[in-house]
Amino acid sequence: MTLLEVTDLKTHFKTDRGIVRAVDGVTFTLEEGHTLGVVGESGSGKSVLSRSIMGLLPKFNVIREGSVRFEGEELTAKTNKQLRKLWGTGMSMIFQDPMTSLNPVLKIGRQITEGLMLHFDFRKQQAMETAEELLRSVGIPEPARRLGEYPHQLSGGMRQRVVIAIALSCGPKLLFADEPTTALDVTVQAQILNLLAKQQSERRMAVVLVTHDLGVVAGRTDDIIVMYAGQAVEKASTTQLFANMRHPYTEALFKSIPKLSNPSHTHLDAIPGRPPNLITPPPGCRFAPRCPYAQQKCHDEMPPLITDPNDANHQYRCWFPVQVSAKPAHLVGVAAGH
Amino acid sequence: MAGTGKAHLRDADKAVLRIEDLVVEFPIARGKLKVHAVSGISLDILEGETLGLVGESGCGKSTTGRAIMQLPRPTSGSVVLEGQDLTKLPSDEVRAIRPKMQMIFQDPISSLNPRRKVVDIVAEPLLIWKKGTKEQIQARVREVLDTVGIDVDQAGTRRPHEFSGGQCQRICIARAVVMDPKVIICDEPVSALDVSVQAQILNLLEDMKHRYGLTLVFIAHDLAVVKNISDRVVVMYLGKMCEVGPPDDLYAEPAHPYTKALIESIPEPDPNVRPEASKVLEGDLPSPIAPPSGCRFRTRCAYAQDRCAAEEPQLRKVREGHFVACHFPLIPALD
Repeated sequence: MTLLEVTDLKTHFKTDRGIVRAVDGVTFTLEEGHTLGVVGESGSGKSVLSRSIMGLLPKFNVIREGSVRFEGEELTAKTNKQLRKLWGTGMSMIFQDPMTSLNPVLKIGRQITEGLMLHFDFRKQQAMETAEELLRSVGIPEPARRLGEYPHQLSGGMRQRVVIAIALSCGPKLLFADEPTTALDVTVQAQILNLLAKQQSERRMAVVLVTHDLGVVAGRTDDIIVMYAGQAVEKASTTQLFANMRHPYTEALFKSIPKLSNPSHTHLDAIPGRPPNLITPPPGCRFAPRCPYAQQKCHDEMPPLITDPNDANHQYRCWFPVQVSAKPAHLVGVAAGH
Repeated sequence: MAGTGKAHLRDADKAVLRIEDLVVEFPIARGKLKVHAVSGISLDILEGETLGLVGESGCGKSTTGRAIMQLPRPTSGSVVLEGQDLTKLPSDEVRAIRPKMQMIFQDPISSLNPRRKVVDIVAEPLLIWKKGTKEQIQARVREVLDTVGIDVDQAGTRRPHEFSGGQCQRICIARAVVMDPKVIICDEPVSALDVSVQAQILNLLEDMKHRYGLTLVFIAHDLAVVKNISDRVVVMYLGKMCEVGPPDDLYAEPAHPYTKALIESIPEPDPNVRPEASKVLEGDLPSPIAPPSGCRFRTRCAYAQDRCAAEEPQLRKVREGHFVACHFPLIPALD
C-alpha cells in the first residue's frame, strides 16, 4: 500500500538576494515498509525535501507548493497543531548531528519520554519503563543508568542511538533519516545503519534515507532518487540505478568517488565546476554547464523526467541519456542478471 | 594492536622526516590525569612519498600531524627533519625551519582570513620571509595560484567568502606550496568537501606533488581516500600504530584485526554487496585517559586473548614493507 505520495513538491525560500529554489518540483511515492534513498551533494535540496514533507519549515519567507499525501491525507493544508498529532506517531526524523538535535540541559530519560507522555498519555513511571526498553533495543548498555544522564556524558554513536530511540518511541510508520551517520566514524556508522535496518524490519516501517554517500544507500535501499540543484534527476530501483545509470550526473558522481576496489593512485574523474546558484539556475538542464555530453538543446531547454523505455520505474531528466554500454565494467554482470 | 616498535623504519639517511617514539600527553584535572593522545609513534617519510595516516576520530592522527609541526611540542620523542631534531631546537630556530613544513587544514573557509584578498593571503608567507622583491613575489603568487586553478586577474582581489569550499581549499594549497616546502601536512583536507569537489582536490594534490616534488603527510579518516593518494599507509588506534604497509597490499590483505574491521565497515557503492551485521566492530573507542593495558584494541577485538592484556605487541614484518603490531596477526609474521 502506498504510504507517502509526493507530487510536484516545491519549496522556495525568499531571501534578500532573491528566491532560492531549494526544492523545485519533486514527485515520488513510497510504499509501506520500503526504503527510499535520496542522494545528492550539499545544496541539492535533499534535506529541505524531507523537512518540507514533514512540515518542518520556518514560518516565514517560505513558498511551498505541490501535494504531500500521507496515508491518503493531504498534509500541505494542515496547521502545525494538526501536524503535531502526526509527528512522532505517523512520521519522525533523525537528524545529522546528534549533539545539536538533543537538548543539552535535559536528561536523556526526559527527552525520550516526552513524546510518549504527549501522544499516549503514559504516566511518568510507565513512560520511563518504555524508554528503558527502547534504549535497550537500540543497543545502549545499562539503559536504566543512561536515562538519568545528559547528552554530553555519551559518545557520538551513543547519542545517535538515543536520537533513534526518540524517533522510534511512538512507533512511526515513516522515518526520515537525514544524514544519520555523516557525523560518525565508519565503524560506528556501520553499527548505526545496521541498527536502523533491524528496527525497520521489526517494525515494518518505511524509511527515507537522505545521504551524500552512494555507498550508504547501495546495499540498504529499495529505490533511489538522485537530486541535483533542487530537482530529482534520476529515479530508479537501487539495482537498476547502479547497473544502468542513465543521467550523466549520476554517472559522474559515481565515477568521482575513490573506491576501495581500485588500486592506489587511480586517477579520479572529478566533475568540473560546481553546482549552480539556486536563485538563478540555468534555463536548460541544470547540470548542462558541468556535463561532458551537453549540447545546445541542453543549455536552452529543461528536459522533463523521461521514463526509460525498458523499465517503467526508471526515470531520468536528460535529453541525451548515457548509453547503457557506458556503464562501469564491473557492474555489467548485475544488469545481465536483472 | 596499538603497538609500538620501529621495525618498519627505513634507512635514516634517506628519510626526509623521521619521527621516533613520539608521545603527546595533555594534562587534565589540574595535572592529576593525562590524556594519552599519542603514545609512542615512529614514522619515516622518504623524499616524494605520500604517507597516509588513517584512523577513527580520537586515534591521535591529527595530534601526530601537529606534533610534527611542534604545535604544540610533543611530550617526548624526536622529530627529525633533514637531519635536524626539531624537538631539541629553541623556538626561534624552529620558527626558522617552519617554512619547510606547511599545513593544509580540514575546513578551508575558516582557515583563510575573511578580511584579506586572495593574492594577499598567498603572498603573506613570502613577505614575512622576505623572499624577493615585490615584483618577484607578485609573479610567484600568480604562478602558484595559476597552477591550483585560480585566475588571478579574475579572482585575485576577491575575499574568501566569495569562493566555494573547493576553491578555498585550492587557495589553502597555493598558500602552502608558495614557500616551496619540503613537507606538507594535510589534515583531513577533503573531509569538508562534497564528493565531486573532493575528487578535484585529490587530483590537484597529486599534480602539485609531481610538479613541486612535494612530500606529503596525508591525514584522513576515509580509507578509500587514503588508499587513493598514499604510497604508504599507517593505521592508528588510540594513540598507537596498528599496521604499516603499501596501500594495495594492506587493503587487499590486512594483517591487523582492526584494519580488517575498518575496511569491512566501509559501505561500498555496489548494491550486490549486502552489508553484513556480523562483521561490524562493536562498542566505542576506550577513553584515552585510562587506555587498556597491553594492546589497546583488545577490548573490541574478536581474537583477543590473555596475552593481549599483559603484553604490548611490537611491530613485526609480515611482508616486504608491510608491518603489524599484533600478537595474533591475520597474516603470520615473518620472524
